[in-house]
This record gives sequence, C-alpha cells and structure tokens, in this order.
Amino acid sequence: MADDAAQATDEDAREEVHEVVPPWDEVAAALWERFDGAVFHDSHGQAVVYLDRTHWADAATMLRDDEQFTSCIDMTVVDHLVDAERVVVPGVGPARYEVVANLLSHPRNRRIRLITEVPADDTTVASITAVYPGMNFAEREAYDMFGIEFTGHPDLTRILMPDDWVGHPLRKDDAPARVPVTFKGDPGPR
Amino acid sequence: MGLDAVPYNFLTGRLEDIVRWARRNSVMPATFGLACCAIEMMATGAAHYDLARFGMETFRASPRQADLMIVAGRVSQKMAPVLRQVYDQMVEPKWVISMGVCASSGGMFNNYAIVQGVDQIVPVDVYVPGCPPGPETLLHGIVTLHEQIRTGELLKRRTASPTGGAAIEVEARDGVSAERAGLPTPEPAGA
Amino acid sequence: MSDATDTTGSDATETEHAGFTDPDDAEVVAPGMTLVEEDEEFERLERQTDEGDQLLTQHSEIVVTGGPWPEVEGESQTMIINMGPQHPSTHGVLRIMLELDGETVVRAKPVIGYLHTGMEKTGEQLTYVQGGTNVTRMDYASPIANELVFAMAVERLLDVEVPERAVWIRMLLAELSRMASHLLFQATNGMDLGAVSMMLYGWREREETLRVLELITGLRMNHNFVRPGGVAADLPDGWQLACLDLCEIVERGISEYDELLTGNPIWLERMVGVGVITTEEALALSASGPILRSTGFAWDLRKTQPYLAYDDVDFDVIYTENGDCFDRYRIRLFEIAESIKIVRQCVERMPAGDFRVQDKKVTPPPRARIDESMEALIHHFKLFTEGFRVPAGETYVAVESPRGEVGCYLVSDGTGKPARMHVRGPSFYNLQSMHPMISERMVADGVAIVSSVDPIMGEVDR
Repeated sequence: MADDAAQATDEDAREEVHEVVPPWDEVAAALWERFDGAVFHDSHGQAVVYLDRTHWADAATMLRDDEQFTSCIDMTVVDHLVDAERVVVPGVGPARYEVVANLLSHPRNRRIRLITEVPADDTTVASITAVYPGMNFAEREAYDMFGIEFTGHPDLTRILMPDDWVGHPLRKDDAPARVPVTFKGDPGPR
Repeated sequence: MGLDAVPYNFLTGRLEDIVRWARRNSVMPATFGLACCAIEMMATGAAHYDLARFGMETFRASPRQADLMIVAGRVSQKMAPVLRQVYDQMVEPKWVISMGVCASSGGMFNNYAIVQGVDQIVPVDVYVPGCPPGPETLLHGIVTLHEQIRTGELLKRRTASPTGGAAIEVEARDGVSAERAGLPTPEPAGA
Repeated sequence: MSDATDTTGSDATETEHAGFTDPDDAEVVAPGMTLVEEDEEFERLERQTDEGDQLLTQHSEIVVTGGPWPEVEGESQTMIINMGPQHPSTHGVLRIMLELDGETVVRAKPVIGYLHTGMEKTGEQLTYVQGGTNVTRMDYASPIANELVFAMAVERLLDVEVPERAVWIRMLLAELSRMASHLLFQATNGMDLGAVSMMLYGWREREETLRVLELITGLRMNHNFVRPGGVAADLPDGWQLACLDLCEIVERGISEYDELLTGNPIWLERMVGVGVITTEEALALSASGPILRSTGFAWDLRKTQPYLAYDDVDFDVIYTENGDCFDRYRIRLFEIAESIKIVRQCVERMPAGDFRVQDKKVTPPPRARIDESMEALIHHFKLFTEGFRVPAGETYVAVESPRGEVGCYLVSDGTGKPARMHVRGPSFYNLQSMHPMISERMVADGVAIVSSVDPIMGEVDR
C-alpha cells in the first residue's frame, strides 16, 4: 500500500509537471508519452526534451524511424561543475555532465534538442552511432574532451588530442594550462 | 655550414659572398601551411604579391628539396613531432620563418593545445607578427631573411651559439604535457 | 637534444658545449662561448649541435635486391598508407589513412586533431565581447559565418533584437565571405587537380573580394566585425561602388573559370562520377552544404530556415543530381553567382539606421562620447574589461556557411563568460562523408575527393 501511495504521488507529480509545461510540440509530446521521465522545456523558443540516460539510444531510434528526424546534426557535452547559475528544469535531476544532441528533420523542417544528465561517477551513455553514423566523430570528441564513454561505439579513441594524452581537456577541473606570460624587464611583484 | 672550413682571405671572401648571394636568391620554401596564415602565405605566392619575383613561388612538397620552412599557423601538440620531423629532413643550410603570432609565441591561444611558440621545437630565424600577417608583412619577413643570408649574419649567429641559433628553452608549465615530457612542473599556487 | 632542453633547474650538469669546465681557473667567458685553442680549432669547425643530423650508416655487406618476394598465403593483403598531415594538397593538416588493395581504396579513415587549438576551452576564458576573435579563427576561409553564428547565439540568450541596418550589413558581409571562400575553393581545387593556373586566377578574384572586406571591416581575414548586438562599425563611404565593381570583376572571373574548366575533357574525366555520395548516406552522416546539395537534396538554411534578411532577398538554391565531385564544383561556382546577386540587392536596398543595438549594456559608446560623458567612459571601461553578462540559459543557432551548417551551442551561467561555447563545424561532419566517396575508387582520385569535400581544418579540430 505504501508502494501504491508512492506510485500515486509519482503519477501526480508527473501530471503536475505535465500541467506546468504542457508539451505543445507534437514530437516532444510523443517522446513524453513513450519515455518515462522525459521533461519538455522551451529554451528561448526551441524545443528541448530532457531524457533519462537509459532511454538515450531508444529515443534516437524513435526519432529517426517514427518522427522523420533524418540527421543528428550535432552532439556535445556540457560540464556544469563550476556554474555560477544554472537553469534547472523542474522534473530534471541536474548532474555534472549533460550530453546534448541537436537533431534536424529535413522533411518536417524542424529541430529538436535532446539532453540527458550524466553523473560524474558514472560517465557512460549509450552510443547512437548505429542510429546516426554521423555521430561517430562527435562521440569520439566527447570522449576525448570530457571522458564520457559511449557504450557500443565502434572505435572510441581520442580524436583531437594525441593518443597518449592524459586527461580530458574540456572538463572544468582540467587546467587550461596557460603559460605565464612574463616580460624580461618585469620588476616582479613587490 | 661548410663555409667555415675555408680560411678567410680576399679571394675566399669573394667566394663566400657569391655562395651567400646564390643561397639568398634560390630559397625554396617547403609547404608547411597549417591554419589561417597558410591562406595568406598562398596569397603571397599568388599573382598580387608574387613570391615568384624571388624565385620562391614553387613550394617544394618534399622537405629534402626545400631550404626554407615557413611555419604558417598554430602548431598543436599533435603536430609538433611532425613539424620536428619535417625540419630534420631538410638539408643544411636551412632556415625557418615563424609566420604569424601563433607560430611565434602561441598567439591568442595560450592554452594546453598549442605549442607556445614554434621556437620551442625548431630554431627560428625570422618572426613575422600578425594575425594573420598580410602578404606585405610576410614579404618583409622574407626580404629580412634574404638580407641576413646575404650578409652571412645567420651563419655567424648559428656557429656562435651552442644551441645552433635559437635558445631552445622549454618553459615548464602546468598541465599534463610537462609531466609527460619529464620536465619540472611548477609549484602549485599557494604551496 | 637533451642538452638543449636542459637549461632549467639549478642542478643541470655541465654540457659539453659549456666551454669551460672549472669556474675557478677559467677566464670570464659567457655561456656558449668556447675557449678556442689551437688544437681545438678543428673541434670548432665541427657542428655544434646534432640537430638535423643526417645519419649515414656504414653498410658492411652488399645487399642484392631482386630476389623473389616472400610468398603470401591466402588472399592478397591490403596495405595501409598514410596521406598527410603534411602534403602538397593544400587542405591543411589532414591525415588520411588509406587501406589499399593494389590501387583501389578499401577504406579511408581521416585522422584529425593536428590543428586542435583548444578554442572551446579558450572560449570559456574570454568574455562575450572577446568571443568573436576566437570563433572567427575556426573556419578561416569564411570567418564571417562563424562570427555571425556566435553573435546570434549571444543575442538569442540576451534577448536583444538587432537593428535592420545591422542585419543587412551582416548579410552583405556573409555573402562577401561566401564569395571569398568559394573562390578559394576554385583556386585550390584547380591546383589539386593539376590546373595550377587556377590557383592564380582564383586568387586574383579573391584578392579583390578581400580588398572590399578590408575596406568595410578593416582586415582581410579573421575580421572580428560581427559582434553581439550588430556590427562593429558602420559601412565606410564608397562602399556601394566598391561592391558593385567587385561584382563585375568576380562575374568576369567565374565566367572565365566556367569556360576554362567546365567543358574541359580532362576536368570532366577526373571529376564526373568520382566521389559519388547518395542522399541517404549524406543525411545519415550529418553532411550538409554543397555535399548534400550535390545529391539532389535542395537544403540551404538560407531558404529553409531563414535568418538575417534572407527571406527578403531573391536568390536561388543551387543543387545537382549526381553527387560527384564535378557537381560540387559546379554548385560552388554557381553559388558565387548567387552571392553576387545578393550583394547587388544589399547595395540597392541597404536600410538606414543603427549598425548596432542601442543598448548601453551591450554596445560600447562611440569614441567621441567618452570625452564628454562619465557614464560613457565607465560603460566603455566595463565592457572592454569585464564584458557584459548574459542571463543563464542555453541555445543552438545555425547558419549556412559555405561548407554547410555551422552552428553554435552556447550555454551561459549568468556571468560574463560562457559556461560552454561549442561550435558545430560543418567540415568536422563532412569529413565523415569521405568514406563512401572514396571507397572502391583509386588512390589517385583521393586528392580530388578530399578537395571536393573542401574541409577547413580550423573548424574540424577547433
């Protein structure tokens, strides 16, 4: 009975979120129907759907097969470690990393953005290279720069840095490694 | 570079002058365009600015046939060993022009990915500033190099210095590549 | 070499070139000077460093070649060769590993990263005012496209609207940049295929385009002119005449290229049917721009998702059916003509007004005002030292660059510097489409195919 009560409140919570931000966007609505935990957000006029990490590959497959999203146009990662202020969408549990995929449907002439939260202690996400082969390089870059592992990627190796590089440069705790610029006649700090 | 072996007197002085004149007038650049500066280097070779007036319009693809390496553009960590290998393959006498601020000092990219000045890897003879330097600036750099070749100043500088003309000092810096290179890493701030 | 690098640290041991071994009994010498004595004269004549040493090894036996090759069992083995990163085809530092079966390419794998500049990391260290300088150096053949997409992303997050004149100036510059980039393509493509004179002809017209860009923006390349809020300065006097003259010159130029190349049997043999890609492959590989348009798919963001004032000007989207290198060459040639059309319309219809949004928190005051008003001085100071703050949020903006869709994904955390500034470089994705183009073709076509993809490594590696 406690479970029923818990389930009831979960559904209420979902309904609440659904009422607060009704997905006017039919693709977002389809994603919301199909995947548990999908949250819709209107970001400056653009449709964004926050998904659970476990649904990542399935969502990509669904968008390609059912919703005519012909290309995944871009995929990247954001590291929110030192954000001064972060836009937290209600219903989404913010994690350190966000994997962001921008998709484009040529026939329907529209875009959608998918975001999934990836925690710092478990940086794995399913690869969508099988769905969108163009993401091969993008996922390698995300691995190289952030250390996110894409399970199922055919060749997850470094792409921009030398193969023996240690560290993931675009992480916020990886130093930019600025060389201190000094001038010969500099009297130095007093 | 071979000229030092000849004892200097009136006749061999003239010989040296002729050799230097010949070297100055037959500089063959190697293709080493990396980034935006490469576009301006190609523009310098094109009809408006015309490197062919110096006989330099044929960029030799093989480093064995070239004697000038114009490092045009930013040198990344991955490219640095390739740069060194190409430089090593060039046969003496050889010269290096560091074109643009990225090649001269790392330019606006003071970060982990760019070698802060190509003179950390190869000895540089002329630095041409600019981002990118216009063709006139590159031409000025080339003419400066020609003058230095003609007067023999370069050869004197090379033999006098133990490092062959450039003080190759690799600054220790923070980040991983210093550790990897086995260089002393700086003390962390506050330690 | 280890000697040369060992100049740091107080415990550096003396090197052979130090010149003196015992500080006490040596005369005062500067480090690096050798004390020359007579029997050391010959030492001095030897090379002081071993850089660039050409090793000549003594062979102790004479090797006779010409014997039978070792037997290879089973099917013929494939060979992996390396093209680049330093090679005469002037496409920057791209390395392609080709797996060959004889002369036929089985697989091609582009290896990138040789120009990785850490621009996205640098973008997080620079303010939004400075961000344009960083972004413009990604696609350095058409820098305005990058600046435009970054400025538009910042404006979207700031929620400011750019005045009409600024929009039209941006469109004019974008088209001039497109012309310059496509002329660069014509030049390098011609040279790669052996038509070396094309290098000079293409540059002849490109120099004129750069002259007009220098007149307007102040720089030939990497202009940093399109800034959040508008453009950096107003158009100078005489710009209309300069643009119209340029249009005439470039029109003559491209008709000359058309005459020289399009019907040329060698050109046709080398390009028609070479590097074919289908629409499905291109879409799956996220290719865009001329590559996608060459497959019969007329997708141009200027028409399908118009930005700036592209829905207000009259131009055509150029697309072809075959998906080969020749088609891509034709597309880029005709796109120059379309850009000329747009430039002419900009000249005729340029509206009057502000060239930058009149929001004091975003746009610096005119220089003359700084002498008159304390507020203007403070604003100027604040803007150029700290920059302006952008409310937290994220957005993705895309425009059509000469290579395809260039996008900027910008995440702001409310401070004056971006939390994440990612640019979607079209060439990064277009390079993946090389694989279907080059498979089952000969090695010699490789150069033509790479050239027709027209990658700019700055935006591939960022």
